[in-house]
Amino acid sequence: MANPQDSLSREHGGIPWKHVIGYLLSIILTALALWVTFETGFSTRTILIIIFIFAFLQAALQLLMFMHMTESSEKKSKLTGQTQTGNILFAAFIAIVIVAGSVWVMSAGHAEHDHHKMDSKTHDMKMDGDMKMDHGDHK
Amino acid sequence: MKWDEFFVTGDPLIYGADVSIGLTVIGILFYLTYFKKWQWLWTEWLTTVDHKKLGIMYIASAVLMLFRGGVDALLMRVQLATPDSKFLDSQHYNEIFTTHGTIMIIFMAMPFLIGLINVVIPLQIGARDVAFPYLNAVSFWTFFIGAMLFNVSFVIGGSPSAGWTSYMPLAGNELSPGPGQNYYLLGLQIAGIGTLLTGINFLVTILKMRAPGMTLFRMPVFTWSALITMIIIVFAFPILTVALALMTFDRLFGAHFFTLQGAGMDMLWANLFWLWGHPEVYIVVLPAFGMFSEIISTFSRKTIFGYKAMIWAMIIIAGYSFMVWVHHFFTMGSGELVNSVFSITTMIIGIPTGIKIFNWLFTMYKGKISFTTPMLWSLGFIVNFVIGGVTGVMLAMAAADYQYHNTYFLVAHFHYVLIAGTVFACFAGLIFWFPKMFGYKLNERIGKWVFWVFNIGFNVCFIPQFILGLDGMPRRVYTYSAASGWGNLNMLSTVGGFLMGVAFLILVYNFYFSFRYSERENTGDSWGLGRTLEWSTTSAVPPHYNFAITPTVKSFDPLIQMKRDNVDLKPKIKDIKKIHMPDNSGVPFFMSAFFFIAGFGLVFEWFWMGIVGLIGVFITLIIRSFDPNEGYYVSEEEIKETERLTV
Ligand code: HEM
Ligand SMILES: [Cu+2]
Repeated sequence: MANPQDSLSREHGGIPWKHVIGYLLSIILTALALWVTFETGFSTRTILIIIFIFAFLQAALQLLMFMHMTESSEKKSKLTGQTQTGNILFAAFIAIVIVAGSVWVMSAGHAEHDHHKMDSKTHDMKMDGDMKMDHGDHK
Repeated sequence: MKWDEFFVTGDPLIYGADVSIGLTVIGILFYLTYFKKWQWLWTEWLTTVDHKKLGIMYIASAVLMLFRGGVDALLMRVQLATPDSKFLDSQHYNEIFTTHGTIMIIFMAMPFLIGLINVVIPLQIGARDVAFPYLNAVSFWTFFIGAMLFNVSFVIGGSPSAGWTSYMPLAGNELSPGPGQNYYLLGLQIAGIGTLLTGINFLVTILKMRAPGMTLFRMPVFTWSALITMIIIVFAFPILTVALALMTFDRLFGAHFFTLQGAGMDMLWANLFWLWGHPEVYIVVLPAFGMFSEIISTFSRKTIFGYKAMIWAMIIIAGYSFMVWVHHFFTMGSGELVNSVFSITTMIIGIPTGIKIFNWLFTMYKGKISFTTPMLWSLGFIVNFVIGGVTGVMLAMAAADYQYHNTYFLVAHFHYVLIAGTVFACFAGLIFWFPKMFGYKLNERIGKWVFWVFNIGFNVCFIPQFILGLDGMPRRVYTYSAASGWGNLNMLSTVGGFLMGVAFLILVYNFYFSFRYSERENTGDSWGLGRTLEWSTTSAVPPHYNFAITPTVKSFDPLIQMKRDNVDLKPKIKDIKKIHMPDNSGVPFFMSAFFFIAGFGLVFEWFWMGIVGLIGVFITLIIRSFDPNEGYYVSEEEIKETERLTV
């Protein structure tokens, strides 16, 4: 049966170095992020910036090493190329909706006061309302 | 931990369940041994990579879960039938609505649909299997074991009780101590792996394995709906995966992503949950729409009306479904601007859905309609789903939602969408494609009884809940006072619930009855009205390679075209060539067993056990990596014999 799985295994054969290297680099970047967080004395802000840089590096790395980013238009058909491009654009769009949307939703209106001031009164009220609905008398 | 804490004790209902589980297991083991079925079970089912068999296993598991979720529902309805009832205490009630909601959505609705997709889609596009058959088996087994892990919670360790939404801080260690909530996190996490893999698998299958001539805009509507569903799965499920992992870190390793202490953000959980949760709604409703389209078109003997409009509506929904999630927590207090924006996006997303209703109506218009049971379910869907949709638009208005939120009005609304949409579709699709799976139809007369009893029960159950909700009855309360005046409507609702239970029993009886007495089909086109390729196979149940000769597609509704052109569907001997098929494998089964061990260990925070399980999973991955997996060839002789071709 002409089956993508077959063609994949035939194409590569031997050790898939690209994947192995990508995998090791991903682990190293993750470990570095942990090390920066737990072992260095940087301020929270600096740590966040560093972690973000590592995260973007790793995302790029995975797109290149695992996700066939580069082989879109060259060998494959035009349709494959278009699908690839559409896919990446859609992914970027969803990622922006998720991240920017969450930041907006979580920081707008009353939600923000809760977290920055930790005003215990509003907080209690909110919890109270939720709890009564959810768990009559939780044991 | 002491043994009496390990097993859930002290409740006669639970002891009853213990006994019945024990007896069922003994019964099954006895049956398998006595009739020497172990070998058969292993080679035909547990190691299979055939999409049709995996589909059947998905559906069987889903029906089982429908039973479990249904028993939960009826227990709740018994408790609520009368005011101040003592049948269930509050903790028990909380556990039951949590397991009911979670099981119905994650372990019933999705697997049922994915099961039907598994059986039908490769046939509909003229393929011999899915793109990654082995992965398909991994999908099934991780789903299955996730479901089992979640289900043991009610006899071992105790069930989660923070609702299927598991809002923080309620679901945190302080307010939900013990293993219950961990079952939710790990059961869903493991099953989620399977769903994500299914998403990738069918995406590739539909894009890459269509029969020659089947362009994208010649694909059946059900295939399109599956394609869009898979896109949504691939983008939405990672959000759930991450959210579950973060909460797992909070509960097991003392992190503070969502906790009140340590500057965690409790409502961020709700935000992430619904970022997945709303697309999830479309994951369980789009395939339903697809199936209704096939059924309505088939039994109206007409091409679907407005095909392109239908498809574009779904494509738009794929992106748009990610932009409405806040309507689930308007009352969180994100402010006027946020609420207004999401109120409007929510109302807009109703439009493509509304358009589809008209497409179905116009498909039937001037059609010659056969009122078969699948068609009855489709008609029932149109009527009831409109009620769900209209009340949905009411909820979409943020200001009004402050009134409806967390009342029985909401409960009634989402049951109108989920039952009339998803469950009706599962029943309709199961009956419609039943002869494809088993070679005989379900009895139509009994089927009509199921339909009417269920429909009456459904409306008697949930119409009163709209009124109760408007009257202020909150959701997720385990009891209410007689003074509230809610007693009568609740009793009525419970009666309706039991009618649905009766309908389910008649359905099960129909499985048995039809197995014994139904006439066996001897053509591939069991209803005589097939329009798409799955009905073009030479026998009712297609052989394991599906098509002896890959069909060529010349138009939309290809089988109609072939019938018009008088194409002989029987393959010619000279065209028969050997067929390459994938090998069976037991690895997915063992992998899921290790996932169970890992999950169970983590639930009880026995980390050694978690590690052992994960090492096991890793080993199965390695075994698979070094398996050359060449597959095998079905010989020409075997094909000729199966197709009953004589030289
Ligand atoms: C036999 C038919 C059914 C009956 C009688 C029924 C009844 C109920 C009841 C009594 C509740 C609890 C309401 C509360 O205390 O707040 C509930 C909640 C729920 N049901 Fe159903 N149900 C049925 C079928 C379904 C189906 C088929 C689905 C999904 C496909 C579903 C999904 C849910 C969900 C998500 C919840 C919310 C759980 C939560 O609050 O965390 N139900 N149902
Ligand atoms: Cu929603």
